[in-house]
Amino acid sequence: MRTALIPGLALAVALIVAATASGSSTAPAAAAEIPGCSKATLNLLVPGTLTIGADNPAYPPWFGGDEKTKPWKISDPYSGKGYEAAVAYAVAKQLGFATAAVKWVPLPYTNSYTPGKKPFDVYLTQVSYKPERARAATFSRSYYFLNQSVVGRKGTPIAGVKTVAGLKRFKLGAPLGTTAYDYIVKYIKPTSKPNVFDTLDQGVKALKNGQIDGLLVDLPTAFYVSAVQVSDGVIVGKLPTRGTKEQFGMVLAKGNPLVTCVNRAIDRLWANGTIAKLQNTWLAKAGAPDLK
Amino acid sequence: MSKETRAVGIALLSTVVFLAVIATVITRSPGWDTFKEFFLDPTIYRDSFAEIATAFKLNVRIFLIAEAIILPAALLLAVLRSLPGPVFFPIRALAVVYADLFRGIPTILVIGMLGFGMPSLEIAWIPKSFVFWGIVSLVLVYTAYVSEVYRAGIDSVHSSQEAAARSLGLKHTQTLRYVVIPQAVRRVIPPLLNDFIGLQKDTALVGTLGVVEAFKQTQIDTSATFNFTPYLVAATLFVAITIPLARFTDWLVARDRKRQQAGRLT
Repeated sequence: MRTALIPGLALAVALIVAATASGSSTAPAAAAEIPGCSKATLNLLVPGTLTIGADNPAYPPWFGGDEKTKPWKISDPYSGKGYEAAVAYAVAKQLGFATAAVKWVPLPYTNSYTPGKKPFDVYLTQVSYKPERARAATFSRSYYFLNQSVVGRKGTPIAGVKTVAGLKRFKLGAPLGTTAYDYIVKYIKPTSKPNVFDTLDQGVKALKNGQIDGLLVDLPTAFYVSAVQVSDGVIVGKLPTRGTKEQFGMVLAKGNPLVTCVNRAIDRLWANGTIAKLQNTWLAKAGAPDLK
Repeated sequence: MSKETRAVGIALLSTVVFLAVIATVITRSPGWDTFKEFFLDPTIYRDSFAEIATAFKLNVRIFLIAEAIILPAALLLAVLRSLPGPVFFPIRALAVVYADLFRGIPTILVIGMLGFGMPSLEIAWIPKSFVFWGIVSLVLVYTAYVSEVYRAGIDSVHSSQEAAARSLGLKHTQTLRYVVIPQAVRRVIPPLLNDFIGLQKDTALVGTLGVVEAFKQTQIDTSATFNFTPYLVAATLFVAITIPLARFTDWLVARDRKRQQAGRLT
């Protein structure tokens, strides 16, 4: 589990390269059944249904589509739009679930890891894998590797920052549950105390109000925040990786054997180029300046 | 065996039996092992203690500052509400509206509205600090509560006291200052301390503004490890300051009762 990251990444890169090199090879439209993972044998909350948990509101670019199915706000996971929704449906398809057999349950991120019976089979809302977390919950292989980045406002001093050290003198904030706060405390060590917000919205509000100078979020979220939520928002830069590369995984109840098949499905999606394709579709292709 | 020793013995025995029953029920529960792992991890308790204790200093600062403002402000409000005569009707009415409003709105909403709302007015001289607005919110809410406590104290001073003072030639303000308020305040010290304990606990709500105080630090630690033991750390810290205060309040009440009863005998 813990070491899955490096070989997984290497394999993925190798296979994407292979897939793009050989052009349209053997990827069939209907996914062939993964050996040992027939739908009937899977350990599911509700037999025949893949129950997926996600945080509500569901934010772009991770979730897309218009609000349609209650109680989903901002986006609708049932739309299959947005990167995480698309990955979830792709995994479901690999495991033999029809689109209609996927059920979404809204669940705050903090409830995804409470002990006891889970109301979902898998949970995905930008949850970063950490070895400490893996002691309490089971993580799938990564479906996205990421960097944290800083969003600021145009024309404010932070917009001109080029280095990580340059961020030191600013008031920074991050949403709760991300690894950004750790990054601030460990590597940026700002002079004024950083804020940690319960929701992304609160962080965005604080940035708009000028109560914080910079908000640390993952890069795709940064594109959304700076393009949609903050009218004068600007991505100050992408933070360099410290330690292991950060990755999002799906969360499962500790020891849920379903993870084996979910992992096989994710491996296939990396291998057949689906993940690359979905990232291309849903996540901003534009780069961001690297903070040194 | 004296009656007293027997009573103590029975009390001890019943306490032991009671605790043993509860302990058995809990430890035999099907989820006990999971519970232990998620809520009572000694390593995580030790590791997170220092960080949460540091963050807790902010809670202490917040409630000390807030309480220092609340005590006089609430007294002023209570006095304003007891001003006699039709001329002061608007002031009395305002005081009533204020107390009703801020006792009615949940504290967490006041904090959220002021903390994110006031700075968004973008008025240059309005502070943007979350801690500042957190303290302001707590002061507004608790002043409303505490003023009611003071008012009850003022009302409890018998009207003959005021009549006596006025007949000695004291003006209304002088009567309040030298006769009514000293007696009133002494009577309401226990409920005042009670509200003070409430305030200490409610400082955790300032965390909802993103301020890293004890509870927010707890949430950060919990979400980093997916383990809830840090909750226990924060609970320990809060209890460590509220229990002494609660005992002190009990002691004050007991002392007061003794004095009053002693007075009655003479």
